[in-house]
Amino acid sequence: MSDMNTAMVEKYRSSFLKEVEANVEEGDWVKMCMQCGVCSGSCPMENNWEHPPQELFMMIRANKREEVLSSSSMWMCTSCYNCIARCPRGLPITHIMHGLAHYGKRLGLAPKEQPTVKFSQLFWDNLTKTGRVNELKLGLSLYFMNGFGEGIKTALKMKDVGLGMMKTGRLNPFEIFGGHSCKGASDIKKMLAKAKEIEESNTAEFKG
Amino acid sequence: MKIGAYICQGCELGDRLDSGQLATTATRDGKAALAKEHPFLCNAEGVAMIQNDIDNEGVNHLVIGACSRRAKTEAFNFENVTISRANLREGVIWVRPDTDEARELTQEMADDYIRMACAESKSMKIPAASGEQELTRELLVVGGGISGMTAAIEASKAGYKVDLIEKSGALGGVAGQLVKRVPAKAPYNEMADTGIAEMAAAIEADGNISVHLNSSVTKTSGAPGRFEVEVSTESGATNTVTTGSIIQATGFNTYDINKLPELGGGQSPDVVDQLTFEKLVKEANGGAIKRPSDGKEISNAVFVQCAGQRSEKEGHLPYCSGHCCLTSIKQARYAKEAGADATVIFTDLRTPGAGGEDFYRGGQEAGVSFSKGEVSEVVSAGGGLEVKYKDMILNEDCTIGADIVVLATGMVPNNGPDPYLAQDLKAAEEAEDESLVAELQAKVEVAPPSVLNLDYRQGTDLPHLKHGFSDSHFICFPYETRRTGIYAAGPVRRPMDMQQAQEDATGAALKAIQACENASQGRAAHPRSGDLSFPTFRIEGCTQCKRCTVECPFGAINEDEKGYPQYNESRCRRCGTCMGACPVRVISFENYSVETVGQQLKNVDMPDEFDEKPRILVLACENDAYPALDMAAMNRTEYSSFARVIPVRCLGSVNTIWVTDALNSGYDGIMLMGCQKGDNYQCHFVKGSEMAHYRMSKIDDTLQSLNLEQERVATYEVSITDTQRIPQLINEMEETIEKIGMSPFKF
Repeated sequence: MSDMNTAMVEKYRSSFLKEVEANVEEGDWVKMCMQCGVCSGSCPMENNWEHPPQELFMMIRANKREEVLSSSSMWMCTSCYNCIARCPRGLPITHIMHGLAHYGKRLGLAPKEQPTVKFSQLFWDNLTKTGRVNELKLGLSLYFMNGFGEGIKTALKMKDVGLGMMKTGRLNPFEIFGGHSCKGASDIKKMLAKAKEIEESNTAEFKG
Repeated sequence: MKIGAYICQGCELGDRLDSGQLATTATRDGKAALAKEHPFLCNAEGVAMIQNDIDNEGVNHLVIGACSRRAKTEAFNFENVTISRANLREGVIWVRPDTDEARELTQEMADDYIRMACAESKSMKIPAASGEQELTRELLVVGGGISGMTAAIEASKAGYKVDLIEKSGALGGVAGQLVKRVPAKAPYNEMADTGIAEMAAAIEADGNISVHLNSSVTKTSGAPGRFEVEVSTESGATNTVTTGSIIQATGFNTYDINKLPELGGGQSPDVVDQLTFEKLVKEANGGAIKRPSDGKEISNAVFVQCAGQRSEKEGHLPYCSGHCCLTSIKQARYAKEAGADATVIFTDLRTPGAGGEDFYRGGQEAGVSFSKGEVSEVVSAGGGLEVKYKDMILNEDCTIGADIVVLATGMVPNNGPDPYLAQDLKAAEEAEDESLVAELQAKVEVAPPSVLNLDYRQGTDLPHLKHGFSDSHFICFPYETRRTGIYAAGPVRRPMDMQQAQEDATGAALKAIQACENASQGRAAHPRSGDLSFPTFRIEGCTQCKRCTVECPFGAINEDEKGYPQYNESRCRRCGTCMGACPVRVISFENYSVETVGQQLKNVDMPDEFDEKPRILVLACENDAYPALDMAAMNRTEYSSFARVIPVRCLGSVNTIWVTDALNSGYDGIMLMGCQKGDNYQCHFVKGSEMAHYRMSKIDDTLQSLNLEQERVATYEVSITDTQRIPQLINEMEETIEKIGMSPFKF
């Protein structure tokens, strides 16, 4: 439980819907869902979702805050946009899912062991260091995400692909020593810090 | 009488048939005074030729040997003559293979149809109006709610005088008690004013409309175009109104919520139905809504959809009332506007109409919350109410607290008693069917008081279709009831919302005007619109058995003081069910009678027993079976060349004498094709097909007395879509005859 989470619980006592409207990207669309279930039916990953989008919307209205924010559901979204294309009410469901995932992560409620959550963090850390994605490091960190033994196994399995990529100049082994960066890596960091600040202050004021 | 036969050679008829021979058949066998062939009969020149013969040669009975009677009706529409159509195109060449071997039988078939048409023509008279009623440009509307008021205003705009009967002291009905209404025009997502006050003012100011408040109808006699209606006030004063047509817009009663104790109905004063909630909001007058029990301002209202409706439980309404979801959304918005929270718990949210979805969206935008769930019970708890429901999305049991619970109960038609109850009870008593008597007796006891008090042979009110609504077959008869010239409009006909009721009332007003105009010209209403022919009877032959008065599906036939039938032309729909019912065959229409059909079937050329050419008589309902045969012909579906099809107005008009005659004259098979009977009847004349099936169930005795097999006579229920089945049935009959052999009655 982060401090921010505690603050939010205090603030929106009984209305999780209002909290979502205030703090989640496109959250004010949630009340417009009419429970037809077309999004759930269109989702290619639906079998792997704990709660499909339709159910998430209903849970938001039923004040199931913990369950929604700590759910792995929205982390399953692959951004295929099927649901948005088909929603008869025009809800930007994909964006709402990302918004919910992001909000849960910020509050420290996102599931720790969910692979998408883990990889997203790795990708973010990798990218924000230099302003460029270091593909070698990203690949390796992905291999070793679930422990040393797993990492070795995966690396051996992928050996031929890696060597092939190296031969054709698609993978630079010297990237391991830090790799290339963009021209203003420090400016990138400043920009991100500012964005974070703005986000914090937005969250702090109640817009419901 | 001078019969003129006209043989068309167009549409390949000339190539496939020997039209010269057909013309000879018409003059020689059919005794036509003249017979002409024409290469293109329905074009201007051909029609002019016929018209010229009518004008200058004195031809007044036409026999047109061309296409089906259902085609080219405009071209072959001649005034003041009888028209018989020999169906040579759809009936003969289109259902026969175009080969040299088939030619002989095809020609035989065509010859027979010409003979039949000539024979029919001989027995026809030219129909003319009876002049029983003048043009009465006046309507009577019973019920002064939104449906009745709309009907009155629309009829007045069309130049008709209207008497508006309202039992209470003011116009408006249920709609007058509403705060706002679901919009009937854009913007659809906002609530609209009811407009009832403006309507009532418009009616007051309208010179064409006279309003009778605190009044009811105590007696209605006569027929469309000449109804005599007694209107009585509460004080007992009576005046008689002459009117051309009647619209019953008596609306609905609310379902009794005391029948829903599990939902708190009658258990707590804070559980109300929608109309009561509407009153509470009206009392609040824009301020906070106060709940009935202790006057506390409500902060949380819960709306329960489908309370006691769309349910098969005993005492519940099995149907959806079609307005309650929108009404609940509207009332939830009242609650929102008054600063309270509102939740609608629904199983299926149905928001019909053009703006329904917009209004729903408007409700969501206003912050009304919607939960899909099934409410199991409503209980009092801690100074408020608790609604227990099963959330159908999350699949778990939930509770929600509420200050007030509004139940969306359904519409119960405010209708008179079922007019056939008394008859059925009498029949059951005569049959000594104890259980049925008890069941009907119970129904009679709870029957509501009569609304129209009709002085009809068949009861006092409009017949019910289902659940006490006076609806009709909604595909064939969008506005009709089973009493000609009396139209039900609004929720008494079918559960509906205000917008639908207004449309319905407008339609009913137009139908009522049409009924007046038709009655004045002696023309039939729907479905034989414009038909001038009309049943008459030979009084010296009538045995006063009352069968026709009982079996008429429309209650058109009353009895005079001597017990003879009175036909009331303008109540009649010309189906001929009376004609089929008459055991002494004294009832006939000018152009449709026992004789016209009897002569047709007797004039078919009957080959002898050793010719291997059987004859199958098909009596086909002209509304479904005959069109289906025409469509089969358009698809070039072939069927037996031994069939001879005679269209009948309704299977109910089939008199058993036709069957007996056909058997006696040597037909090998007889097929009767009518519509679906029973509860989901498709028959244009309600009971016609059923009566025919009942009468034919007794034909076995006749067959036995003639020593004939039962398979020779068959009755079928077909529909207009059976274009493949009907030819198949005919072919099967041919196979059956092959099996059982030819009829021994060929001479």
